[in-house]
Amino acid sequence: METTALTPSTRLQTEFGYNSKIEGEVVHTQLDSALNWFRKNSLWPMPMGLACCAIELMAAGASRFDISRFGSEVMRFSPRQSDVMIVAGTVTYKMALAVRRIYEQMAEPKWVIAMGACASTGGMYRSYAVLQGVDNIVPVDVYVAGCPPRPEALLDALIKLQEKVGREPITKTLKRDVAPLKYGRLGLEISATSIEETRKNKA
Amino acid sequence: MASALELARQLREAFPEQIAAPTEFRGEVTLVVLDPEKVPDVCRHAKETLGFDMLLDLSSVDNYGDDPRWLVVYELLGLAHGQHLRLKTAVSEEKSGLPTVSAIWRTADWHEREVFDMMGIRFSGHPDLRRILMWDGYPYHPLRKDFPLAGKETSLPEVAFTRQAPLEGGPFVTVASTAESIAREPRARNPQE
Repeated sequence: METTALTPSTRLQTEFGYNSKIEGEVVHTQLDSALNWFRKNSLWPMPMGLACCAIELMAAGASRFDISRFGSEVMRFSPRQSDVMIVAGTVTYKMALAVRRIYEQMAEPKWVIAMGACASTGGMYRSYAVLQGVDNIVPVDVYVAGCPPRPEALLDALIKLQEKVGREPITKTLKRDVAPLKYGRLGLEISATSIEETRKNKA
Repeated sequence: MASALELARQLREAFPEQIAAPTEFRGEVTLVVLDPEKVPDVCRHAKETLGFDMLLDLSSVDNYGDDPRWLVVYELLGLAHGQHLRLKTAVSEEKSGLPTVSAIWRTADWHEREVFDMMGIRFSGHPDLRRILMWDGYPYHPLRKDFPLAGKETSLPEVAFTRQAPLEGGPFVTVASTAESIAREPRARNPQE
């Protein structure tokens, strides 16, 4: 067989040839990192706007601060389609169980950002009517200081949450919490059914 | 055009047995209605004859330790003549109730619900006397002076719960002075100080 110079097009047809087109676009990684990369760059928020912090949350979503630079512009008003609940504002006792119900309606995996002093600790409301921190009823991943926090602070919290999501060993556990988890200073139980348990129940 | 004081005198002339002499303080006129049961009659006369067609506010005061304990306050305004008049009536603790004025001004409906919710004063004849801020089933009236600032522990399954707020030595008292803020506004201050 006569040898000819291998042009790029003929290289593609040889089974032993080095395909620079394919090889050049392959990235070797771990499944953990890949899945976490998918997850952390499209954290869809559930905007739980309860007070003035929600105004700053809206500012974070608008053009000047532009939360879509971090993949979180899709504010879902349905808990079924959200990944991260941003509790922005004062949680009163009248609202507390509704917040918890919405958290429980969110699909796993799910995260919570407590935005501002009120959501984190009750803030200035040492009062009969205000829950002293949303971590009494739901597990919080990131707390944001401020009254209200500036949009940059919320974006910083989002970046911190992305770092946290990026570190989660999801292929080892394939679940976020080992169920059921005792949580919070009030000892309120939060049920988190793991995928393994669901599988067991199905079998 | 009649002044607020003139209108107050006219109102008193219509109910000479029920209303004490009007007092004026910083240009605001106050009438005290002696018998809370007569408040709707006085209010209806004030609205229909004297033109006080708007109820600005309806509130209550807890004079804890005094008898009578409650003071219910009505702020009246006439949009045509622009005059403002305040009515006050004292309600005893054992009674803790008076007739509604929601048939005269519809806005009194929610104001009376708030007074009922926060103070526990009942308004007889009210069309819908439910709590307006706290939830149905909450057992206390939190703006009463004998209700602790930190709240009380309650639980109503599937509806709401409350816990005592940590006051950390508060409530905090600010002392007016030229001292630095750490001395003027201490994190906690002993009651004997």
